[in-house]
Amino acid sequence: MKALVLERSVARFAAARAASLVAGSGRGITVGPLRLTDAEPPGLPGSGWHEVRPRLAGICGSDLSTLDGASSRYFEPIVSFPFVPGHEIVGEVLGDEHDGARVVVEPVLGCLARGIDPPCPACAAGRKGACERIAYGHLRPGLQTGYCADTGGGWSELLVAHESQLHRVPEGLSDEAAVMVEPTACALHAALAGGVVAGERVVVLGAGTLGLATLAALRHHSLPSAVLVVAKYAVQRSLAASLGADQVVAPEELPRAVRRLTGSLGASSAGRLQRLAGGADVVFDCVGSAGSIASSLAVVRPGGRVVLVGMPGSVRVDLAPLWQREITLAGAYAYGSEDTPEGPRSTFDLAFELVASAHLERLVSARYPLERYEEAIRHAAAAGRRGAVKVVFDLRRPARRGWQATEVEAGS
Amino acid sequence: MSPRPGFVLEVDRSTPPTMLWHGDGFRQERFPVGTRVVYPPEPLPPLPDPDAAIRHALEHPVGDSPPLSALLRPGMRLTIAFDDVSLPLPPMRAPDTRQRVITAVLDAAAAAGVDDVVLIAALALHRRMTDDELRHALGSRIFDAFAPHGLLLQHDAEDPDAMVHLGLTDQGEDVEISRRAAESDLLVYVNITLVPMDGGHKSVATGLASYRSIRHHHNVRAMQHSRSFMDRHHSELHSSNWRMGRLIADAGVRIFQIETTLNLDTFPSSFGFLQRREWEWTLRDRAGFHATRAALERTPPALARQIFHSIRSPHALASVQAGEVEAVHDLTLANLYRQQLVHVEGQSDVLTMGLPYLSPYNVNSVMNPILVSCLGLGYFFNMYRGKPLVREGGVLIISHPTPWAFDPVQHPSYIDFFEQVLSETTDPLEIEAKYEEGFATDPWYIHLYRTSHAYHGVHPFYMWYWGAHALQHLGQVIIVGGDRAAVRRMGFKPASTFADAFEMAEDVVGRDPTITHVHNPPIFMSEVT
Repeated sequence: MKALVLERSVARFAAARAASLVAGSGRGITVGPLRLTDAEPPGLPGSGWHEVRPRLAGICGSDLSTLDGASSRYFEPIVSFPFVPGHEIVGEVLGDEHDGARVVVEPVLGCLARGIDPPCPACAAGRKGACERIAYGHLRPGLQTGYCADTGGGWSELLVAHESQLHRVPEGLSDEAAVMVEPTACALHAALAGGVVAGERVVVLGAGTLGLATLAALRHHSLPSAVLVVAKYAVQRSLAASLGADQVVAPEELPRAVRRLTGSLGASSAGRLQRLAGGADVVFDCVGSAGSIASSLAVVRPGGRVVLVGMPGSVRVDLAPLWQREITLAGAYAYGSEDTPEGPRSTFDLAFELVASAHLERLVSARYPLERYEEAIRHAAAAGRRGAVKVVFDLRRPARRGWQATEVEAGS
Repeated sequence: MSPRPGFVLEVDRSTPPTMLWHGDGFRQERFPVGTRVVYPPEPLPPLPDPDAAIRHALEHPVGDSPPLSALLRPGMRLTIAFDDVSLPLPPMRAPDTRQRVITAVLDAAAAAGVDDVVLIAALALHRRMTDDELRHALGSRIFDAFAPHGLLLQHDAEDPDAMVHLGLTDQGEDVEISRRAAESDLLVYVNITLVPMDGGHKSVATGLASYRSIRHHHNVRAMQHSRSFMDRHHSELHSSNWRMGRLIADAGVRIFQIETTLNLDTFPSSFGFLQRREWEWTLRDRAGFHATRAALERTPPALARQIFHSIRSPHALASVQAGEVEAVHDLTLANLYRQQLVHVEGQSDVLTMGLPYLSPYNVNSVMNPILVSCLGLGYFFNMYRGKPLVREGGVLIISHPTPWAFDPVQHPSYIDFFEQVLSETTDPLEIEAKYEEGFATDPWYIHLYRTSHAYHGVHPFYMWYWGAHALQHLGQVIIVGGDRAAVRRMGFKPASTFADAFEMAEDVVGRDPTITHVHNPPIFMSEVT
């Protein structure tokens, strides 16, 4: 089968890192560790596992970070090489009674998928994202499908997934909508983790896939008095406005906009606003860079919360404001089960509903065949600038996917 | 030889290129044949002995007012308020007219044994002046005598203890002014009338007032009902100020108004080409123009700005009158028109103008896009009596670099206005309804207005409203050579050249439009019949 495989190669990671630093994210794809190969399909690890043929597989910011050689070394013990990336997946189940059924893969490889019984406390509580056994059990280490040598990943023609990972796609929901379920679940989990209460003023920093989906989740699951979104590019500004942002500002406008929104006083030097006396109640950092974390800490009020939604790496940030202003800095990774007024519900179930009601399929801007992965990666890395949000691989059979005519639909 | 009046030139094939301001620089344009270029009058001769003229005015007041000396007595409370740094433009060479006038008033006060004297810079909602600016306006002798003792104040419209509410006009307008001024036995106001909008009751009713009061006339409705706000008798801005001024008088505030006008000698001789008609340029003018333009093209914008802002104008005192406010102002306007009025017959389809580096609200600072709009669509467009130089539905073409640049010290709320408000709407009425109060009462802007050198939070709104009449009247506004994003943010059209701008204008007003160009400096008023 055709697959994009990521090898453990220090030299290639270093080359990708150098190229991305010099020329920008995605520019190291030709010298980096990713290769298109004819690979052996992954075997079924045990009972309850199924073969899944991907239909669409998204390119996530964390994938780009890995390909750029910019990921934190923290992940080394919890991934296994070589692996096939791709964890935003809608595909078809092969074999047995499910044959041909469309499913979204919930990629976290928790205790159930790993054959660990009894499960860890987190998995027992439905919080799969917090699984304590992601390097154990009958699979090699891998926090998710797309980072594990045994399961394959979405950027290929075949992967294997445990039945606990599979969510059937409702009739009428397009592949484009379905492929948005996984990132939407991440955003939804983060939005709920932020604990926004009615009347609070919220900042969503970043308006890529995660930022826009977080905005949609906030609008559907909480009652902030205002949501201010930081967006760099025109397409992001327009989508943020249509998804319910009260205000959309450019990154350099953020401190002034938050000051104005919250009626805060400030501290200035030579007229330039240095920091705020008050600030937003909650900031969702959907970027995860040193700059975005610093910005988040700069515009959140004393006692406020900063939720890291975008995957951070090793960053250098001044934590003095966090200490002095008693700010809560929280991570929001993956998904599992969420507390709702109706009781605990699967994040993925909520995400299916949100994708449908907010029409998040509109975030899928461009589709590429696997063979054009270099273009796809470069496009995804420059998505905002090129008028795109989510770039996906289209693995549907040519007759069905019709990509000969519309191989790249938008923003190319 | 007496100075020549302003006149209207019709461009023909032999007309040399016309010089235009373009922010911190100049450009030359050959306008289409048939374009009318309106030139200002030449400067009136200065008063031969300005100090004597001032003393004479103080002792020979107009209207129902005793001479100043008769109003002064020992033990009284005397407040002298004066126009702030927004006047005159450019700042004039020392001694400033305010220094001359206030010296004469203080001499009279000293002679009468008055020792409770306070000076107040009538800022309204403008920024506080720096010590250097105050020293320049008043002279070192006055500054050193008053400032160290806390007797030189800058009006603080946001100090509740320093303001007093005098009542409501018959139109329900709040009149709230400086307590010190209102509770003095005599308030002397020292004015410089540079344009016909200045002076009269506006001096006290605006210059010493609060937002609560000013909002009644600094609003979109007033601007749209002022044709123009430079014509006192057809200006709702002034009607409101006059109602307030009369209420102030009825409340017992005794005002002795001193108004001055300056001649149009605006730039020093090294910039002599600015004030001469192009076909009369001497060899020195031509050399000066080309050398200056070439030098400016090689100068970084910040340095060019610094050079321009260091210019001190040779403005000379052209008239001084004192006494009762309304009588004084009538005389002031007559003197101003004697210097500034130019008769123009009929309107045109297109009006063009080059805007300089300076407006009343960016002294020693950058002219941000909102101030470009204010100067072009507010000041210059409204410098008419009768009807605008451009017909309804016509096009205004402005030449200015319009940088997306703001002074964070002077104009913090302008930045937010530009980023947040204008990105959503440019409609003055919508802006006023949705955003004005929030900006006006924002504690951070109030803090900066009171303690730093920042314009009040509401000030950018007023500057936008200043263009409301023009926005209503015009079919399109085009800015030549401006930052395209900044121009578009304001709802205007950017053009690279005048040729492009004229082509764009034709889409609005039709082919072969009639064109009028306002030649400045100096600033002048058109009487359009």
